[in-house]
Amino acid sequence: MTDATNSDERIKEMSRLRRALIRPELGGMVGCVAVFTFFLLTASDSGMFSSTGVLNWSVVSAQFMIIAVGACLLMIAGEFDLSVGSMIGFAGMMIAIFGVTLGWPMWMAILVTFAICIALGALNGYIVVRTGLPSFIVTLATLFILRGFTIFIPQTLERKTIIGGITEAAEGDWLAAIFGGKVLKGFFAWLGDIGMISVFERGNKVGQPVVDGIPMLIIWALGLVIVGHIVLTRTRFGNWIFAAGGDAQAARYVGVPVERVKILMFMFTAFCATVFAVCQVMEFGSAGADRGLLKEFEAIIAVVIGGALLTGGYGSVIGAALGALIFGVVQQGLFFAGVESSLFRVFLGVILLLAVILNTYIRRLITGER
Amino acid sequence: MQPIIRMTNIEKHFGSVIALNGVTVDFFPGECHCLLGDNGAGKSTFIKTMSGVHKPTRGEICFEGKPMHFDDPREAIAAGIATVYQDLAMIPLMSVSRNFFMGNEPIKHRMGLPFFDHELANEVTMKEMRAMGINLRGPDQAVGTLSGGERQTVAIARAVYFGAKVLILDEPTSALGVRQTANVLATVDRVRKQGISVVFITHNVRHAMAVGDRFTVLNRGKTFGTATRGDVTPEELQDMMAGGQELATLEGSLGGTV
Ligand SMILES: Nc1ncnc2c1ncn2[C@@H]1O[C@H](COP(=O)(O)OP(=O)(O)OP(=O)(O)O)[C@@H](O)[C@H]1O
Ligand SMILES: [Mg+2]
Repeated sequence: MTDATNSDERIKEMSRLRRALIRPELGGMVGCVAVFTFFLLTASDSGMFSSTGVLNWSVVSAQFMIIAVGACLLMIAGEFDLSVGSMIGFAGMMIAIFGVTLGWPMWMAILVTFAICIALGALNGYIVVRTGLPSFIVTLATLFILRGFTIFIPQTLERKTIIGGITEAAEGDWLAAIFGGKVLKGFFAWLGDIGMISVFERGNKVGQPVVDGIPMLIIWALGLVIVGHIVLTRTRFGNWIFAAGGDAQAARYVGVPVERVKILMFMFTAFCATVFAVCQVMEFGSAGADRGLLKEFEAIIAVVIGGALLTGGYGSVIGAALGALIFGVVQQGLFFAGVESSLFRVFLGVILLLAVILNTYIRRLITGER
Repeated sequence: MQPIIRMTNIEKHFGSVIALNGVTVDFFPGECHCLLGDNGAGKSTFIKTMSGVHKPTRGEICFEGKPMHFDDPREAIAAGIATVYQDLAMIPLMSVSRNFFMGNEPIKHRMGLPFFDHELANEVTMKEMRAMGINLRGPDQAVGTLSGGERQTVAIARAVYFGAKVLILDEPTSALGVRQTANVLATVDRVRKQGISVVFITHNVRHAMAVGDRFTVLNRGKTFGTATRGDVTPEELQDMMAGGQELATLEGSLGGTV
């Protein structure tokens, strides 16, 4: 009895500091503060924090966020998906093939593409849970297969690897607008009128604000982050995601449908990749066979910066979103500051290493391992 | 009285390994049934066929008089059969209350949507743990920071909470101190008196004798016989579990119950 109370007291001295430390988001929060402080001090006169500058890095961060949410939940459920980048290229190409080459209405092209990609995600998951192979290997195979088809199909049908004409094909389409449109246009026009943001002074857009609305891409990113966070922390299914990744056998013993959870998370990752792809082709007006290259690693890095453990069972969607924000701000910030862009990769490598070391340390704090 | 669970000729094969080779046991409400046997005898495998983890290769499970086929452990838990597994089924990175309700999370509705009721989960967890004699720092403490015995206590408290009809304990006292062991044995006694059927696996004959009403010995995947309390002495049980050459003489002392 005394033993129990004693050990309690021993722990309590540490508890406040530990409690502050034992948050998966900690690394992401510290990183964000550091990154913003750095660029505010060094690049504030470069236009990075003007309205167009903010829009610029917000869009890039939102892109990272969309795929990071999927990768985050999947990693917490104990699996990886290396085929995200190929899936982005593949989904974009499918939309172009259906919508432009075959001339389907854009909404149908988008819906069918979603169905195909989510089914491919389910197949990834099914193979992983059925064979018990590491998802690393299974999705590495998918990475190559999908990339191969993404080059092969347009070459066979159109004799080229970039298909344009999507902007025209999507003109007036209700579903395309949900991915490629902008919201709050009136609000931004008003901001321009009252002089809160600058307006074009020349050209055919004279008088219109330089930022004329919030791209749907950003709305998708925020929506996915919020929904992902709530599902993970506030629902029964979220508890199953943690359990499936924490210890699949233990989870099975108490009746968590581990296989179903994992397959659903693969499907969700594919869904996120497809959202990314649709937003991208709507923005560029074209699909290219090389789109999405290396995105799977960028997503995983954002998730790890956000505090998730590579071994599964621990992490945070908010953390992953902060990781994506750090990513976007640094990538674009270096551009604004005129730094050689290759240094971005150096930064990535360094921050990844720091994040993993911090995460390992936090894991020890939580589990009491030495 | 009708048995709550009747296991008839249960066989379980893992590939070429025959873990269970025709085991027949009845479990009654309000009884503490001790399963004894050597390491590898098949005790854990046997209770896993009861808790829905394994489907028996052959044999029949009757639950409350009706044939029962649990497809997964959730169905067993929903039917009121809860289990403390030998390896506990706890996830170190998750909090105590998330572990406690893992697989059976309480739900509250907000705007028609189902959410995990964390307040209820935390409250119940703290209350049940206090009842088991463990003061948690908080319900959000990670299970990984608990000692082995504390973890075992969480697993037991969880099973007691969900085991409305049958409570299966696979060596629940192996890591426990004196006070916690006494607590677990008292808990077994208490739930048995409430009419719950307790299945208690242990290697400790003193613990078995302290709470057991009947004793079944498993040996190499077969039942060695069921003895009723009073018909068997601790020494006889001890010898029976030890296995080996004494077994032949012990069979006699079980007196016809084989
Ligand atoms: N999943 C499995 N796959 C293959 N063999 C298994 C599996 N589970 C159990 N076995 C085998 O079945 C036999 C019985 O194992 P079981 O765990 O039921 O023994 P036990 O009586 O609980 O032993 P202990 O007292 O050590 O816990 C062992 O020989 C074991 O190797
Ligand atoms: Mg065992």
